Amino acid sequence: MKKADYDLVIIGGGPAGLTAGLYAARARMKVIMLEKITPGGQILVTDWIENYPGFPEGISGIELVQRMTDQVKRFDLAVESAEVSALDVSQPIKKVTLTDGNEVTAHALIIATGASPNPLGVPGESKFSGRGVSFCGTCDGPFFRGKVVAAVGGGDTAVQESIFLTKFASKVYLIHRRNEFRAEKILQERAFANEKIEIIWDSVVTEISGLTNVEKVSIKNVKTNETRDLAVAGCFIWVGTRPNTQFVGDAIKVDENGFIIADVNMKTSVPGVFVAGDVRNTPLRQVVTAVGDAAIAVASAEHYLENLSR
Amino acid sequence: MAAGIIEINDSSFDAEVLKSDMPTVVDFWAPWCGPCRAIAPLLEELAGSYQNKIKIVKCNVDDNPITPGKFEIRSIPTLIFFKDGKVFEQIVGMVAKAKLEETIKKML
Repeated sequence: MKKADYDLVIIGGGPAGLTAGLYAARARMKVIMLEKITPGGQILVTDWIENYPGFPEGISGIELVQRMTDQVKRFDLAVESAEVSALDVSQPIKKVTLTDGNEVTAHALIIATGASPNPLGVPGESKFSGRGVSFCGTCDGPFFRGKVVAAVGGGDTAVQESIFLTKFASKVYLIHRRNEFRAEKILQERAFANEKIEIIWDSVVTEISGLTNVEKVSIKNVKTNETRDLAVAGCFIWVGTRPNTQFVGDAIKVDENGFIIADVNMKTSVPGVFVAGDVRNTPLRQVVTAVGDAAIAVASAEHYLENLSR
Repeated sequence: MAAGIIEINDSSFDAEVLKSDMPTVVDFWAPWCGPCRAIAPLLEELAGSYQNKIKIVKCNVDDNPITPGKFEIRSIPTLIFFKDGKVFEQIVGMVAKAKLEETIKKML
């Protein structure tokens, strides 16, 4: 077997990357995890996680990250703060180029770079980002104490975070383009029972406006085409995610939304390249599914490396 | 608090930041903010590597409503880079250490 810097490079340090790191370190692989900012990923912006088993009262996102990070440290996982700019997976030894210009090589890769919130793509959204437009309830919610805010979306994140916002906001308009939510039923029940939440069905936001900060959102009912303005101080956007795959190029097969396609063993279209977590074209994006993916991806990588050395 | 990063408040802001003899980075944060806690170690590292060149301070937005209000902060973490008492750059949200370092170098 030709020499590479590592057996395995794990790209991304959210729950999937950290779990892959845990399993790979325990398998005594020569492994490194690359994380561009700091371990955690999207759960850092999650106020409270109630559906990850083992925490009967629930656990905050940051606390769960801290525990996962402590756990990989116990097994001496090498973690480097580095952002990947490009991959070359055309050869058996894969080349990972970093934004600082350095390169690392490995026999196998696990891509666990997760996903980022989708923007709405309406006028005013980027102009007022950080000035009332937000993608993070736990970061920004308390700035809206006693104020009226809008929230957009209908999945778990939108419904759960809207409930969180009612701790601070005097009222939350929850705007959803359909006439039912996709969120967990228990979350829906809590939202329906919350007097501070007014749900606006079948509607989309067409514009976010104001002088220096958000003052109103314009909405349109998609069934009646009726339009109206809501006076709000903030607009929280939770309309799904897009994969963090800018560095992947077109060497690895992705679905129509850019999520990386894999089989049940987390194998991508390229031998030796595996995927785990939200960046995969998976039917469910949760912490619990991300960590499951990661364990399978490491087992597959281990199998691949064994065959290489034969 | 780690060496190099002091906690400032509404009443010490002028003296510690605007009248500081070194370029100063203010980290607006709160205990409830996950991303704020996540970037804290990066800031501590930077405070160590740029000791005596820049000052990094933290401002808890829960305890100090006036200063974040003055800078219209609606989102944390927000980092404001001050040079000679003026805003040099403002970064909202979690960013990589490299980006922070780049901004510090520009400011020096």
